Amino acid sequence: MLAKRIIPCLDVKEGRVVKGVNYVDFRDAGDPVEQAAWYNEQGADELTFLDITASLEHRDTVLDIVRRTAEQVFIPFTVGGGIRTIEDIRDTTQAGADKVSIMTAALLNPEIITEGAERFGSQCIVVAIDAKRVVGDENYLGPAPGDHIEWRVHTHGGTRPTEVDALEYARRAEELGAGELLVTSIDADGTKAGYDVELLRRISENAGIPVIASGGAGTVDHLYEAIDYGKADAVLAASIFHFRELTIRECKEQLAARGVPVRL
Amino acid sequence: MIALVDYGMGNLGSVANALRFIECEFEITSDPKVLTGADAAILPGVGAFGDCMENLREYGLVEPIRDFVASDRPFLGICLGLQLLFTEGEEMGTYAGLDIVPGRVIRFTHSLKIPQIGWNQIQIRQDCPQLESIAEGSYVYFVHSYHVVPEEPEVVATVTDYGYEFCSAIRRGNLFATQFHPEKSSEIGLQILRNFVGEVAQ
Repeated sequence: MLAKRIIPCLDVKEGRVVKGVNYVDFRDAGDPVEQAAWYNEQGADELTFLDITASLEHRDTVLDIVRRTAEQVFIPFTVGGGIRTIEDIRDTTQAGADKVSIMTAALLNPEIITEGAERFGSQCIVVAIDAKRVVGDENYLGPAPGDHIEWRVHTHGGTRPTEVDALEYARRAEELGAGELLVTSIDADGTKAGYDVELLRRISENAGIPVIASGGAGTVDHLYEAIDYGKADAVLAASIFHFRELTIRECKEQLAARGVPVRL
Repeated sequence: MIALVDYGMGNLGSVANALRFIECEFEITSDPKVLTGADAAILPGVGAFGDCMENLREYGLVEPIRDFVASDRPFLGICLGLQLLFTEGEEMGTYAGLDIVPGRVIRFTHSLKIPQIGWNQIQIRQDCPQLESIAEGSYVYFVHSYHVVPEEPEVVATVTDYGYEFCSAIRRGNLFATQFHPEKSSEIGLQILRNFVGEVAQ
């Protein structure tokens, strides 16, 4: 049976991990490759590097990380942040990334989804959707909310709203050729109070492609809710793993005990 | 020497990285002569079935690959490199394959999400040196929308359940090919590659 995937996310800035595993035993805790290898040993199913470098001149440092990771870590990995053009996709995949996640560029220029899928295969194109509630209670993100909810896509790390409806955009991204959807709730992100599982459920129920849940994970219960109620195919998390409140293996064991298929 | 066949479809980087990591000597080549002279060959592949066959023809690799497999030297196909071995594929039209293994390549016929992306289990259906020390039910990494349907059940090496049971690896003599990606399947995948390379050394 296809396993639900657990994906740690490492934030990288100018070639260094700025939000990653908090582990004193690393030779170099800022080295993304060392962290990637550690997560592989821990049983991570995939890895995501989120490049939060603001300036373009540091693109090469990301490609260097990608190259070095691909030489040493043999699980799939995705690179997001700053992917703006077909050339960026080409450079990143040639350096060894399996997938790229595209957010702002896909919203401003949806053809990049189609062209990227045609050139590199849809499995390579992850469309990232940052969604925020504009109608409905943003304080309760759990199952079966009572009132009507609407989500709008936001850009620039969730700071800039657009008029685009998130559910509609998810459908459109799939039609355009996306291979997966990475769905982040701006309301939940950083709270460690749980994913916006209603958002996940509404997108996943209508999607013919895998949905990756992101934003808000703090406990195994949250991962379980995203998979069970939210119908997510994969869960991405950052701080829950970085601070080793739980190892990936512990998470998987607890999920397995609740009937979720995981790779142990 | 192991020939890693480059026919212009996507990058061979992941497979090459994995081979380097397990300290295997190999040569990336598009040259039919190099392939013909190799001790073993690996055929990876990403892309659409028809495009890949077209490229193999353009590079003059169709007959050399058939001859290579017929000589029973160790041969490893990965993903599309498995599918291309079959009689025909129906990805965006019907295309003739290398026709080394009788059978077809079809799209998943269920309503689950396609492509299948992620880790799934293999059930081993025949003893293969390439699967030496690989446990029943091991998880390996898949990314695909199509799967092979061999005419001869005896070539099936492993099966996997995604909506229904499909053939996830085949073996016939020294021909071994997987739908999954050993180069992305962590330790299990590296072990399968080591097993393959070990076969070559013998």
